[in-house]
Amino acid sequence: MANMSERVFASGSAWALSMAFVERQTNLWKRYWAWELVWLVYGVVNTLAITFIAEELGRRGETSADAANRLVLFLLIGTLVWAYLSAVLDDIGLVVGWERWEGTIEHTLMAPVRRSLHLLGMCVFAVVHGAARTLLIFAIALLFFDVDFSNVDWLGAGAVLVVGSVSVAALAVLSGVLPLLYPERGTQMTMMVQASLLLVSGVYYEVEVLPGWLQAFAFLSPATYILDGIRAAMIDGDGVASLGGTLGALALFGVALAPVSLAVFSWAEGYAKRTGKLKRQG
Amino acid sequence: MHPIALEVDSLSKSFGGGRALPWRQGKAPVPAVQDVSFNVPRGEIFGTIGANGSGKSTLVRMISTLLTPDHGSIRIFGLDAQRDELLARRLINRVSPDPSFFRTMSAYENLLFFARIYGLGKEEIRRRTKEILGRLDLADRIHEPMTHLSRGQQQKVAVARAFLTSPVLLLLDEPTTGLDPVSKREVQHFVRRVRDDHDATILLTTHDMDEAERLCDRIAFLAGGRIVAEGTPLELRARAANGRPIDDVSMEDVFLGLTGRRLEEDEEVLVHG
Repeated sequence: MANMSERVFASGSAWALSMAFVERQTNLWKRYWAWELVWLVYGVVNTLAITFIAEELGRRGETSADAANRLVLFLLIGTLVWAYLSAVLDDIGLVVGWERWEGTIEHTLMAPVRRSLHLLGMCVFAVVHGAARTLLIFAIALLFFDVDFSNVDWLGAGAVLVVGSVSVAALAVLSGVLPLLYPERGTQMTMMVQASLLLVSGVYYEVEVLPGWLQAFAFLSPATYILDGIRAAMIDGDGVASLGGTLGALALFGVALAPVSLAVFSWAEGYAKRTGKLKRQG
Repeated sequence: MHPIALEVDSLSKSFGGGRALPWRQGKAPVPAVQDVSFNVPRGEIFGTIGANGSGKSTLVRMISTLLTPDHGSIRIFGLDAQRDELLARRLINRVSPDPSFFRTMSAYENLLFFARIYGLGKEEIRRRTKEILGRLDLADRIHEPMTHLSRGQQQKVAVARAFLTSPVLLLLDEPTTGLDPVSKREVQHFVRRVRDDHDATILLTTHDMDEAERLCDRIAFLAGGRIVAEGTPLELRARAANGRPIDDVSMEDVFLGLTGRRLEEDEEVLVHG
């Protein structure tokens, strides 16, 4: 064992501390690979089921072939972005709920690691995990649809996804506060956050079809801008320069939401410590 | 390094009360720890004995920075546990009565995570894990999922988790709960060795009188969230002797003399009362 001075001053680098959470999530993911398979199948089926609606409209002749192709891409992007968003939100909410259930949350929260580094590690895993699963769903879905990608600006779509991921991760941390505050039903309550985002962000339709008061919420949802940006890049071929406004809005969301989510999580942790809610449940 | 490892001053904590919710105004807060003060010099094993619900675990949770006290202060080697929380956390670790692990992960994967978030490198973790689990006779089970280990073996891994980060203040909250007599002795021997060889200070909570007497330099008896007596085992037995030879006085007699009840009775009241 180390002597006292080593122990007092020992502390890992910030990156190593964050990566400890990535490594833990990876180890947990390996143990629960069957769950991953379930979510993958669900994601593929959901993507196909919704995107086939566009094929059906084309087959009926209710829309031109060109419009049907655009609609296929519109819905495909909607389902894929939704798969990504829900994967990231699920990852953070589930792991907080999981830690409560196993009783490990007390040991995690009493470690000498800043909450920002702790949450950064969880978000890095969630974003990489969500992106990998979504890419796999995308690849499988392409076997079922004849989509024209000649007009796609991949760099623009990638830029929107990368910049938008900061606010997606921040939203995931905000919804992860629910299992911290409500040990028994918090994980289920995160579904409300997801469902609300699904309704207002224009996942399967343009936000213009929503009643005016709901459109105000669409304006406040980062998911709306991610969907707009990726659709503009993949359907209309907009490049990074043309997407400047969307990227700027997403960057602003990220800059605002990241510290807010950290502050709200820290507040919730403080509340749980005052009321004794960190104690093992189950 | 500060000569006093742990300074607890006028510490109080209550639960409930629901002051923020109008429909819960009538419920009075339940005090768990009331005006508790004590000091633990560096290198000492300090025991707190009490029945379930006497406030032992609440006390340990507050020292672990997992509960915010209502009143009072905690200083760990001179650092305020609330104001200098992050620095204080580097000096402590804790064994809880429940092992609390990611059950599908292996013992090693769990230990790797919980040591890495204390800043330890992988090679160091591997070396220390082998050494500590070897002493606890568990080295050959290191790569098995926690679900394959018995309750007692899981508790040994929990002990290893706390020792792995070489804390200078170790909080052992009923560390031998659920262990068979042989494992219990192994853990107790290990605790003594860590104190003697590695300059650690230990706060031990237990309701096992023999364990407390065997391990602790000083003991505080907790009842109803308050310290009702504090001293070396010899001093406490002398206080309860009432003219009898000290060797005839057990720690159970001390508890009976202080509270008017046996420890087992207190626990039965809490369970069935």
